[in-house]
Amino acid sequence: MTSVTRHLIRALSLSLLVFLIVAGCSTSRTASAQSVKPTKDRKVAPDFSLKDSSGKLVKLSDYRGKAIVLDFWATWCGPCKVEIPWFIEFQRKYKDRGLVILGVASGDEDWSVVQPFASQMKINYPIVLGNDTTADLYGGIEALPTTFIIDRDGRIAKLHVGLASKEDFQNAIEKVLDAAPEPQRTAAARAK
Amino acid sequence: MLLPSLSGLLLLGQNSPLLNVTPPEPVNAKPGSAFTVKFAATLNDGFHMNSHNPAETYLIPLTLKWALGPVEAADVEYPKPEMLKLPFEAKPLSVLTGKSTFTTKFKLPANAQSGPVTVMGKLRYQACNDKACFAPKTVEVKLPVNVQ
Repeated sequence: MTSVTRHLIRALSLSLLVFLIVAGCSTSRTASAQSVKPTKDRKVAPDFSLKDSSGKLVKLSDYRGKAIVLDFWATWCGPCKVEIPWFIEFQRKYKDRGLVILGVASGDEDWSVVQPFASQMKINYPIVLGNDTTADLYGGIEALPTTFIIDRDGRIAKLHVGLASKEDFQNAIEKVLDAAPEPQRTAAARAK
Repeated sequence: MLLPSLSGLLLLGQNSPLLNVTPPEPVNAKPGSAFTVKFAATLNDGFHMNSHNPAETYLIPLTLKWALGPVEAADVEYPKPEMLKLPFEAKPLSVLTGKSTFTTKFKLPANAQSGPVTVMGKLRYQACNDKACFAPKTVEVKLPVNVQ
């Protein structure tokens, strides 16, 4: 093997190594952006009590044991209008597996605006009217849409601020639906 | 413990719109006269706000309302909008970006008393970037008028 050939092979090997490192980093970054938080890092989703259009109080804790997509949105928010049809589809598709979509109408709106909008969009999941207290519990919701994906133990598995992709939502929903709630996980571990 | 954690999460993902108003110059006016006032408002980079006549009915329009008082706002001329295509809307939207100039024609009644008057205006805007929208905000505009 000549000296030139050895140099060429070394250069190509180095290039391949650099490519693999970069590709590896890139892949792990993408996976991290799409995945939900590890269970141990999840914070408890604060409970709240808000009224639906019939005046009935709806608590987040009413849905304990279910996976929840908690969507803060407004009728005047264009990006929110993009996501709502996805949520309608998810509610239909995953309801039997234990998913609930809960819409929190935000931005000082009232039912005279929200109700016709919900009917026009054919929203098939519960909607409550938000307030500052609830927004503050969630760190002060400034940007809409802001969406929390909450696991069956009531912990925040994923947060989206602003318009996200449908695929990203779907991946996160699948992950929280696939995980059993804590008591079942503990019982399963004991049985082994 | 929980609140700061969530706040931190939210702040990581956003930057808020801010409309910075350059106050109008003080005006000297005589009773019975009419005058025109201009002022500028600048929205920070990366954001747009709906124009006074947004393209879609669900959008909140930009409004400038002057308080009733001895100085009467006769006509407000809104800045000329641009049509901007955004990823979340099929059609271009009528919006304003960057620096916008507002023009208002005022009338001073013939029986206006001489002396200084401050006319208060309220500029209400609703801004978005290409991924998120922000609650409507109101900025005060103060116009000092010296009635001669």
